[in-house]
Amino acid sequence: MEGLPILSLMMLVPLAGAAACLFSGAAAARWIALTATLVTFVLGVLLWSNYQIGGPQWQFTERAELFAGFSYALGIDGIALMLIMLSVFLMPVCILASWESVTKRVGEYMAAFLFMEVLMIGTFAAQDLFLFYVFFEAGLIPMYLIIGVWGGDNRIYASYKFFLYTLLGSVLMLIAMFWMVAEAGTSDIPTLMQYSFPAEAQTWLWLAFFASFAVKVPMWPMHTWLPDAHVQAPTAGSVILAGVLLKLGGYGFIRFSLPMFPEASAQFAWLVFVLSMIAVVYTSLVALVQADMKKLIAYSSVAHMAIVTVGLFAFNVQGLEGAMIVMLSHGLVSGALFLCVGVIYDRLHTREIARYGGLAINMPYYALFFLLFTMASIGLPGTSGFVGEFLALAGIYQTSSLVALICTTGIILGAAYMLYLYRRVAFGGQVNEDAAAMRDISAREWVMMAPIAAAVLWMGVYPESFLAPMRKDIAVLDARLAAAAPASDAALAPGAPRSEAANAMPHHEGMDHSSAKEGAH
Amino acid sequence: MDFVASFALILPELLLSFTGLVLLLVAAWGGDKAARQIAIAAAAALFVAGFLLVPGLHFGTDGPATLAFGSLLKIDSFALFAKALIYLSAIAALMIAPAFFNSAAAGIERGMRAEYPVLVLFAAVGMSIMVSANDFMSLYLGLELNSLSAYVLAAILRRDTRSGEAGLKYFVLGALASGILLYGMSLLYGFTGGTAFTAVRAGLTGEMGTGALFGVIFVLSGLAFKISAVPFHMWTPDVYEGAPTPVTAFFATAPKVAAVALTARVVFEVFGGQVAAWQQIVMFMALASIIFGALGAIGQENLKRLLAYSSINNIGFILLGLAVANVDGASAMLVYLFIYVAMSIGSFVALLMLRGEDGALFETFADIRGLSVTQPAIAWALLVFMFSLAGIPPLLGFYSKFVVFQATIEAGLVAFGAIAIAASVIGAFYYIKFVKVMFFDEPAGVVTGKSEAGHWVLLGLTALIVSPLGYLLTPSLTDLADKAARSLFIVSV
Repeated sequence: MEGLPILSLMMLVPLAGAAACLFSGAAAARWIALTATLVTFVLGVLLWSNYQIGGPQWQFTERAELFAGFSYALGIDGIALMLIMLSVFLMPVCILASWESVTKRVGEYMAAFLFMEVLMIGTFAAQDLFLFYVFFEAGLIPMYLIIGVWGGDNRIYASYKFFLYTLLGSVLMLIAMFWMVAEAGTSDIPTLMQYSFPAEAQTWLWLAFFASFAVKVPMWPMHTWLPDAHVQAPTAGSVILAGVLLKLGGYGFIRFSLPMFPEASAQFAWLVFVLSMIAVVYTSLVALVQADMKKLIAYSSVAHMAIVTVGLFAFNVQGLEGAMIVMLSHGLVSGALFLCVGVIYDRLHTREIARYGGLAINMPYYALFFLLFTMASIGLPGTSGFVGEFLALAGIYQTSSLVALICTTGIILGAAYMLYLYRRVAFGGQVNEDAAAMRDISAREWVMMAPIAAAVLWMGVYPESFLAPMRKDIAVLDARLAAAAPASDAALAPGAPRSEAANAMPHHEGMDHSSAKEGAH
Repeated sequence: MDFVASFALILPELLLSFTGLVLLLVAAWGGDKAARQIAIAAAAALFVAGFLLVPGLHFGTDGPATLAFGSLLKIDSFALFAKALIYLSAIAALMIAPAFFNSAAAGIERGMRAEYPVLVLFAAVGMSIMVSANDFMSLYLGLELNSLSAYVLAAILRRDTRSGEAGLKYFVLGALASGILLYGMSLLYGFTGGTAFTAVRAGLTGEMGTGALFGVIFVLSGLAFKISAVPFHMWTPDVYEGAPTPVTAFFATAPKVAAVALTARVVFEVFGGQVAAWQQIVMFMALASIIFGALGAIGQENLKRLLAYSSINNIGFILLGLAVANVDGASAMLVYLFIYVAMSIGSFVALLMLRGEDGALFETFADIRGLSVTQPAIAWALLVFMFSLAGIPPLLGFYSKFVVFQATIEAGLVAFGAIAIAASVIGAFYYIKFVKVMFFDEPAGVVTGKSEAGHWVLLGLTALIVSPLGYLLTPSLTDLADKAARSLFIVSV
């Protein structure tokens, strides 16, 4: 493996596939796309198996000075590795999900998806600030086309909204990037992650980055593009949107906002908490009254991503690890839920909940998968959702019990809207004849659902596999944040202070060192 | 005065002028039948002239050795860079013309007139003089040679009322702008006692009087008209819409390059000692052009008008580089110019290649509905150009905005850059409308995409430059632009 530019290769394969799809017929394009995504997935597995846990922070680094102004620098740490794995894992599923439902301009559709995959891998692997921006922003083009060309009835409004919302957020971040690079004299991300920007500048920089990532995550009240985009996008588009694109926002926080502007992050933690608390309660309630399945899941995504932001800004290891696991879990689960909607949408061509009912009778296997993903979305122990939400909420509890209290209601509300959805779709009598006549899932749909179900259970039963690669990176991040971490509200009434702490250590000033040791357990 | 050295320096212009005169005679005797051959000869002359620039461009030239005819002209790296762009644009304008004039799109007056290539040549000579001017006299001479050729070009379809109207409007407003410019120049002459750039610069040192300030403002206003920066932009949509499309493509590229280069030279070499006096004006024009160019484009149904507003919008970003007032800004501006020229030529070529059943050119959004089904290749190329114009990575249009904004922020103009970049989102709206119409809407009717090989070559070449592969050009492009920008800041007082 030494010397093989595997990250570049992982981007080259789908890129070549995209070019080939553009010039081939429908049937050929489907197979080319499936092959390309599977090859990329295999490369991803190779990447993971060759990743040295506990090894150097940045692995598989590549660097080439191809451009003026920024460099082609790639490299991953454990966090990026996990998110890349999520992307390459979901991609073949997306292709399979569009196998029959997309009949119009198949070549271009597959090309757009493969191009999307290139950009997602690039975003997570970029080690140059501007290279990151190029990949991050370029995703707008294929997504705009996917929503606009293959979307539902109101696709044009949704595609415009998606494009302009995201663009406005991102350009402000670009200005901040220019300022940072001018100040620090480098666009190298690992260097910038260690650079101490002046505190007053951090405020502005943090806000500029926040504008971009908050739209991507999305946080309330910048979330309104998401339900529109989700509902109008084709099934696979929703999967990739919920599965990976929303994670770009969370990744942005953990890669840029937190390590680069720790003081500003602490200063604005209250803002993130307030927005997240509102999102958890408000969007859960909104999800409860949706009549459209996709919209319901879209709103539930906003609520789940709010748990991610709360965990990230908890400033402790549990919170960060929890946020990462929620991101991975939500990527799988919400993707799978959109697939579940897609499966019955392909049969009946409606997403209206009232048009279904009693599907457990005629589609038992479908009902089984749907149940599993519903439970994972609620956060039932044994599924991935539980691990992530438990860690994230445990993390935030150390920082603020009030935020933890309100965000935990999200789990109860989540159970309410998901179980209510499941009852109306799968249980009860068969009210609609055409819905009762639907056949159970096909072999292709089995192949789509089963791997995701397996991954969800794996992450739920043995999360260590996923936590291990990230542990050291999160410890490093926690050490960097320790100095700036906001005060916890758990110890509101301290007793009379001793002259010296009971376990006082000789190196009292070196806060960074002691916490680094603690973090690297 | 060493005439041999001077003539050697202006060899490309000599070549072009001589070829132009010969071709004029050919046109007089050969008539319109020879038009195609004349166009080929003119393009070849431009190519050779461009080739002559290569050594100077590559090694970089500045200093006293670049002064010709007693400092009337200054053929430094900056001039060479601008000239190269101008010649390339002029070649493109010649390549796309014959097919247009021979089609039904040209109206009742079929066939290219033999004067067209000759006028393009003379315009190119005029622009060459503009960008290498080192004296207000040579500046005006070049400007008028270019403008007079351009007025005739706009009206070259004599029996087409829109073309005639465009020519007349261009002439009247252009003459007004020239008048303003001349008035500013005379004021500067009066207050500084010279017309040479160095003399005016020397006269403008220290506290600037009101009269001289008026001179600066009048000169800048006249130049702003030529580059169609807001608030002197009103003629652009009308002229762009009325002029024949190949001529519009020419107007959107070569004269823009020349006028921007000229403006840069004037503000840096003449007013370089008085940055405070002009920087605010340029900043205002930049922001106003970005915002009004974008807002004006939103309501447009006519594609040529839309591209006219788009060019106003782009001029705003170019002026952003100028407003930074340092070498980085000037270099960014030149990089932007290069990419802008590629995107504009590409967009206009794509428009020229689209014709309806009756052979008439497509001019409105309604015409290009569903183009991705009927003409996928052209639709994808247009998609690339539109996203690139909107500045979306990974297309090269992003890089042009990237360098300009980087220069702006590095110079400390953070608020200015932030407003400009936020305004660029408004512009994205109509560029993605283009894509929406072509890709999301149902096809409108029959499209005959039959075009000359020359069109396809230009379209492919510009699309390739604008595509992500174009980033591989950026190191050498930046190198050339840096050399050119540096030569602009060598003050030889």
